[in-house]
Amino acid sequence: MCLGVPGKVLEVQGNVAVVDFFGLRRPVLLDVVDEPVAPGDFVLNHVGYAIRRIPPDQAQATLAFYEQLLGEAAEDAMAADVRGEITGTGEPKGPDDGSV
Amino acid sequence: MDPSEQARRELKFRDPGKGRALAATLARVVADLGRAPVAVMHVCGSHEQAIAKFGLRATFPKGLDVIMGPGCPVCVTDVPEVDEAVALAEQGVRVATYGDMLRVPGSAASLADAQAEGASIDVVYGAAQAVEVARRTEDEVVFFASGFETTAVATAAVLLGHPPTNFSVLSAHKYIPPVMEIVAEMPGTRIEGFLAAGHAATITGWGVFEPFVERHGIPVVVAGFEPLDILAGLVKLVDLIAEGRPRVENMYPRCVTRDGNRNAQERLWRVFRPTGGCWRGIAHVPNGNLRLRDEFAEFDARRRFTIDLRGVRMRSPRALVDQCRCGEIMSGTASPRDCRLFGRECVPETPVGACMVSSEGTCKIWHQYGGHPDLRSRA
Repeated sequence: MCLGVPGKVLEVQGNVAVVDFFGLRRPVLLDVVDEPVAPGDFVLNHVGYAIRRIPPDQAQATLAFYEQLLGEAAEDAMAADVRGEITGTGEPKGPDDGSV
Repeated sequence: MDPSEQARRELKFRDPGKGRALAATLARVVADLGRAPVAVMHVCGSHEQAIAKFGLRATFPKGLDVIMGPGCPVCVTDVPEVDEAVALAEQGVRVATYGDMLRVPGSAASLADAQAEGASIDVVYGAAQAVEVARRTEDEVVFFASGFETTAVATAAVLLGHPPTNFSVLSAHKYIPPVMEIVAEMPGTRIEGFLAAGHAATITGWGVFEPFVERHGIPVVVAGFEPLDILAGLVKLVDLIAEGRPRVENMYPRCVTRDGNRNAQERLWRVFRPTGGCWRGIAHVPNGNLRLRDEFAEFDARRRFTIDLRGVRMRSPRALVDQCRCGEIMSGTASPRDCRLFGRECVPETPVGACMVSSEGTCKIWHQYGGHPDLRSRA
C-alpha cells in the first residue's frame, strides 16, 4: 500500500506515460504527478499513477533497492507487493494476486 | 534456511559496513538515553515488511521497541464498511476491489464468502482498473476503495476523469495523520516517537506532521523503506527523543518534500472530505475517514444504492472473533505473540482477524517471516 515503485519514462502521450520497470513496459497515468514528465525521467508509481518525478541525481539510489528485491528468487510479501505494483498497471488479475 | 541466517545473508547484500555502523550508532544512542525500554511506532505495512524481511529486529538494541501501529489500511477497514460491500454484492451489484480485501471479515461474512455464494466480485489492482471493468459491462460496478492518502489520490483521479455512469465508489479510504493523534492520546501509551511512511508523505509533505508535533511533543521522522533508511530513521528519532526538543525530520528527501505533491493534494481534497469514523479495533478517529464530497454524490455508492444490511447482520457472528486482539496489536499495546489465536486458530488460510489477512497486516507479516521476527530470541 505504501510502497511505490520507480521506473523510467520511455514516452509520453497526453496523460499517459509508457514506463520501463526493470525491463517490463507498462502504461502509467500522469494526472497526479508533481511536475511535468518527459522521456528519460524517473517516476515513482503507485497503483497505476505516477506520484513523483524523482530528481535525476537520486534515481540510481532509488532504483537499487528494488533491483535487489526483484533479483531475489524467493517470493515474499514485500517482493510480491513490488511485483504487484508493476504488473498491476495492466489488466485485472486473478483472485489471489492483488494487494493494495 | 533459518530466518536469522537468511537475515544475515540479506543484510550483507547492500553495504553491510554502513548497516553495521548504523546498528552500532542506534545501540549507542539508545544506551545514552539511560533508560529503557523506549518505544517508537511506525505506521506502515511496508516498513514492517522490510523490518521482518531483513531481520532488522535482530539488530535493534534491547532497549528499543519498534512497534507497528495502524499502518495497514485493509486491517483498519471497519466491520460495517465490509458489511456494506458484502450487502451490495449480495444485492447483485458487481463489486471491484483489491485482492487483500476479499477475505477481510465483516460481522458475519467476507466478500470471498459472498463470491462463493455466487456474488460477482472483480479483483483489481487499482481504481483505474475498476473503471475499466465498468467500461466493459452495463452492470453497475462499485469500487470498494481502501487505502491511505497515497491510494485515495488514485481514486480521486479516476473520479475527476469522467468515469462511466455505471461506476461508483464505496469509500473506506483512511487518512493517517489523525490516527497518530489517537494513538498518542491513548491512556497508557508508551510511544515516544513516530516513524512516518515515506510514500504517504510523498503526497502530504512532511510539513503535515508539524501541528501534531506541536500538540503532542512527540517527534516524527519520515523514512524510506530500505534497511539502511529505516536504521537511519530510527537513529534520528532516538536522537530527537534524547534532545527533548521534538520536531519533524525528513530522512527521505529523494521522495519527500516539505509541501509534498500539491497537484495530488488538490485532487484528493477536491473529491474527498475528511470525516470521523471508526477504525477497526482501534477507536473512533475524528477526520480519519475520507468520504466523497456532495459534488460527487452520483458516484457515491452510499447515496446511489439503498444498502440493506439486515441480511448480512442476521447471520451468526464468526467464531473466535471475541478473542481476536488485532485492535490492541494495531494500537501498539499488544503484539501478535500475546494473542492465543496467532499461528493456531488464526493463520493466513483461515484468518480470524484482519491483521492476518493483508500482506501489510502485522500478524500476516510475522507469520510469513517465521511467526516471531524478533531474531534475538532465536539465537
